[in-house]
Amino acid sequence: MGILQVKNLSLRFGGVVALDNVSFEVKEGEIFSLIGPNGAGKTSMLNCISGLYKPSDGEILFKGASITRLKPHRRTVLGIARAFQNIELFPHLSVLDNLMLGRHVRMKTGLLAGGLYWGKAQKEEVEHRRKVEEVIDFLELEHVRNVPVGTLSYGLQKRVEVGRALALEPELLLLDEPMAGMNNEEKEDMARYIIDIHEEKKTTIILIEHDMGVVMDLSNHIAVLDFGKLIAYGTPQEIQTNPRVIEAYLGEEHAV
Amino acid sequence: MRNPFVMQCGEFHVNYRQDMAIWKIARVRWRIFFIVLCFAAFPMLATDYIVGLATLCGIAAIGAIGLNILTGFTGQISIGVGAFLGVGGYTSAILTTKLGLSFWLAAPFAGLVTAIVGALFGIPSLRLKGLYLAIATLAAQVIILFVISRWDSVTGGTAGLVLNRPTIGSFVFMSEKSYYYLTFVILLLTTIFSLNLFRTRVGRAFIAVRDRDIAAEVIGIDLFKYKVLAFFVSSFFVGVAGALLGHYTMIVSPELYSISVSIEYLAMILVGGLGSIFGSIYGAAFITLMPVVLREVVNLLSGTFPGLEGILVGMKEVVFGLIIILFLVYEPEGLDKIWRNIKDYFRLWPFSY
Repeated sequence: MGILQVKNLSLRFGGVVALDNVSFEVKEGEIFSLIGPNGAGKTSMLNCISGLYKPSDGEILFKGASITRLKPHRRTVLGIARAFQNIELFPHLSVLDNLMLGRHVRMKTGLLAGGLYWGKAQKEEVEHRRKVEEVIDFLELEHVRNVPVGTLSYGLQKRVEVGRALALEPELLLLDEPMAGMNNEEKEDMARYIIDIHEEKKTTIILIEHDMGVVMDLSNHIAVLDFGKLIAYGTPQEIQTNPRVIEAYLGEEHAV
Repeated sequence: MRNPFVMQCGEFHVNYRQDMAIWKIARVRWRIFFIVLCFAAFPMLATDYIVGLATLCGIAAIGAIGLNILTGFTGQISIGVGAFLGVGGYTSAILTTKLGLSFWLAAPFAGLVTAIVGALFGIPSLRLKGLYLAIATLAAQVIILFVISRWDSVTGGTAGLVLNRPTIGSFVFMSEKSYYYLTFVILLLTTIFSLNLFRTRVGRAFIAVRDRDIAAEVIGIDLFKYKVLAFFVSSFFVGVAGALLGHYTMIVSPELYSISVSIEYLAMILVGGLGSIFGSIYGAAFITLMPVVLREVVNLLSGTFPGLEGILVGMKEVVFGLIIILFLVYEPEGLDKIWRNIKDYFRLWPFSY
């Protein structure tokens, strides 16, 4: 049984059908890619998984339990973390604070304890700082640790975005176009980080990406969406030769 | 000669605890200690009038820190501070005069009651943002003032209530100096609490809600809980400030808590710096002292220009508005940012490259 199961999921906004009866399964410990042309419903899918959208129909199971009705922050507690396509960092806070916020649900300090900063609260901050430093070390962010995120370059912000999701120590990591707008070198770095996350931390990853080279190299399985419908599912080799995928990407006359 | 402003040289932190301190540099800690000492010693040298002004600044600073927690740090605009001050003042007044409680119980209780009222009016914040929330808190202002001025049997209606100064045993905080110290200690505690709050989990979550609420939700912050919590904490401090103010002026009446007070507090955190604890203190002092300074200037000039007094009497509001506009245009981050700029300049002085 997979770590995440999507069953007959539909999402409608009025008359617009964003997702139409989509079902797939993500196996534990794999890199699973969602691809498809612009507007195919990839980000909508992630929004349903992380709880920002409520699906009109269908069900989402995480480790066998339904999370369809859970609020976003409850899903985070279960171990689902997400990096956004459009950077959604907290621009006035330092890299360190952004990552510490990523650990929010792993910490306990309440209002009073935090305000007094005594004993346990202080110990907890230090303890989680250590965990955050591991992420900083992992993503090579040491030199910008104390810099407000808003002043960083685009590529670095993307990396912090991944770092914040990673700080949660998630079981399922949703990456929405982590390489969009990057040059080749930055893309290679990011791909290396993703592989490292996968291999060292055994995290299951759902990846949305437009760079087909990256997708084919990294993924164990790929699902292809087009106009909200799942048109193909399989290993990279299967997807590359699938006539419906070629049709969706290149148009009808190119289809064999 | 060594640049006296360079302090970072040779400062190494060998563990996370040192690195996470509020003031990381020993010399800065000494400076802060010295400043606190100065403020503790200053009533010995000043006249009662000046000490009284300082007390008012201190009380305003407690309220401004409260408002800044909500508006500056959590991003929820509130125009209801005036009324929340009133809730604090009236709660303390009712508890001490009608139920005979001591100030030391009544003041925290006033804070708690205000916090609960604030949290209640904060509930719409889940659905309402920005200007819409501002209007909702305006409703709080109107409703609370209406209740205060009409519930005669409890609040004394438009006439208000008369309060006593707090006492310890036989000692009454009657003199300006003693009340200054009371305010000073509470302001100190408020400041330390707030500074700590914003370097730990809950405070960071507040800032996250302000900066990007969607991302905050996805990293696991319960928006509703934290918005209401922000209203709660913020109103607690505003309530304590209200109680302190009530016992200082020894009277509470509805016109002391009008909407113009709310605007004044908003001006304090705007001028001082949104999202800055020390900014709230600077802003509170600035807005409290501005009319006083203005009056002094008018008095000074009226000798040479006799007609001036008549014109300048109505100038308070104009200057008030002008200052806010100037701050919004030239330094939206307020006095705190100006102070930081000055410090940054001297960090590299005299070779600023």
